[in-house]
Amino acid sequence: MTSPAPEIAAGDYAVEVEDLAIRYHGKPALSGVTFQVQRNEIFGIIGPANSGKTSFLRAINRMDLMTAGMEVSGSVRVEGRDVRSWRNPYALRQRIGVVFPLPVGLPLTIYDNVALSSRLRGTRRKADLDVIVERCLRRAALWDEVKDRLDSLGSLLSGGQQQRLTIARALSQDPSILLLDEFSIAVDPVTTMRIEEVLAELKSEMTIVLVTNLVQQARRLAARTAFFLTGELVEVTETEAMFEGGAQDPRTTAYVEGKFG
Amino acid sequence: MFEATAQNRRNRKVEGLFRLLFLWMTCMLILPVALILGVLIVRGGPAISWEFLFSPPTNGMTAGGILPALVGTVWLVVVALIASVPVGVAAALYLSEYAPDNRLTRAINLAIINLAGVPSIVHALFGVGAFVIFFRFGTSILAASLTLAVMTLPVVIVATRESLQTVPLAFREACWNMGATRWQTIRKIVLPNSISGILTGVILEVSRTSGETAPIMFTGAAFFLPFLPQGVLDQTMAMSLHLFVISTQVPDVPEHMPFGVALVLISMVLAMNGISIAFRVYLRGRKKW
Repeated sequence: MTSPAPEIAAGDYAVEVEDLAIRYHGKPALSGVTFQVQRNEIFGIIGPANSGKTSFLRAINRMDLMTAGMEVSGSVRVEGRDVRSWRNPYALRQRIGVVFPLPVGLPLTIYDNVALSSRLRGTRRKADLDVIVERCLRRAALWDEVKDRLDSLGSLLSGGQQQRLTIARALSQDPSILLLDEFSIAVDPVTTMRIEEVLAELKSEMTIVLVTNLVQQARRLAARTAFFLTGELVEVTETEAMFEGGAQDPRTTAYVEGKFG
Repeated sequence: MFEATAQNRRNRKVEGLFRLLFLWMTCMLILPVALILGVLIVRGGPAISWEFLFSPPTNGMTAGGILPALVGTVWLVVVALIASVPVGVAAALYLSEYAPDNRLTRAINLAIINLAGVPSIVHALFGVGAFVIFFRFGTSILAASLTLAVMTLPVVIVATRESLQTVPLAFREACWNMGATRWQTIRKIVLPNSISGILTGVILEVSRTSGETAPIMFTGAAFFLPFLPQGVLDQTMAMSLHLFVISTQVPDVPEHMPFGVALVLISMVLAMNGISIAFRVYLRGRKKW
């Protein structure tokens, strides 16, 4: 039932994964994963707990280097280049924004949270930082709520605000890829909708990989969606088709219809 | 309907019994502290005076004050801190933030535990061999302080490491994911949020160091020296050794003098502990997450 994929030059993929396998202390968490994420696409990843979704994200920005016991085999290419060929993994990570399931406001002021990435890269001028902080907070739909208290602690904001703060912080990296890992788990529905609107806008500027526990969220945002199950990639399908009964695998249909997971 | 069964009643009785037992044991803990302080204040209190604190011993240490010992203890503690804090904090940073879980790390951890378990008299002999003789520092403040530093290193390392580990891993992960190196993460997030805990550990080290006797008696502390030390290569008197000396080695010392020395020493230690508790309270009040 799959239509032939349109011809795309290798460089037009934001992320290409080939025969990716991940193990923790020898225990497999994910194996045999092969697919591509196009540039400026919102790519959804759904699947129940322990299906390997988070591990997949960690392999993209080489967090295996910071994680004891995590081994990655196969290849992951970001913008056409194998991530293991980056001699400086810090430079790779700076190009990739990450948002975690539980919002992590760093114990710094709101301003310093958003300015941190630029400071790490050596930007010192207050005027430059001011511009970056305001722009990123505006784009994360948080500016109006915090503009009068930029010097209060980011870690003491409410859950929904902290999650938008972490999105602003990720945007301050000026990333070409944004990885979101179940960002709405600790966020109220209204804030979730606001963040979803933000993501839809950001699509024109960056590639977004959206791991989500809410299948409807994938349906609302993602053009294509991958279904992970117990450490394997079941399929990658156009999202709409997946929900309209066009999934290639009956397990996918059962999952999106809420029959398990 | 909700009647207590015999088993319920028994459980409740046993619960009360254990609570009383634990409370009793805890009160037993207070007893020696209160007695020590009480005896020292009652019997040593009359010895305390400006003259006692600020003049050297006279008449073969049966009269006069304790100034050289007081100053000497400050010298010993400060030099020991200068030697042990940088090494201890750096080691704790390595173990907490960098070390992979491998054989070397496990060996280092084992070494720290064992170092903490070495009796102080053994440290003293090590100090004589290493600092006094091998490095030719002679019996001096430097040799004694380095011996104290080696001995208290595990305290600094363990306190620092525990303090570093109160900073949640999620903060580090967030920084690493932004492209921060481990060192950038330590500087921007981990250290600023654990520095008060580290200082608490350092202060506890001070209170422990100031009371040690064995490690300094062969390495730099003098029996009697009515002058103040001029530099780290001088010998010095120290409060702890002075207390030992006038309690056991010198005849005809008036009874209030050793109690007075002990009172001053314990006051120093308690003051340090007080500062450390104040730090912790301050830290709790400023909690950032």
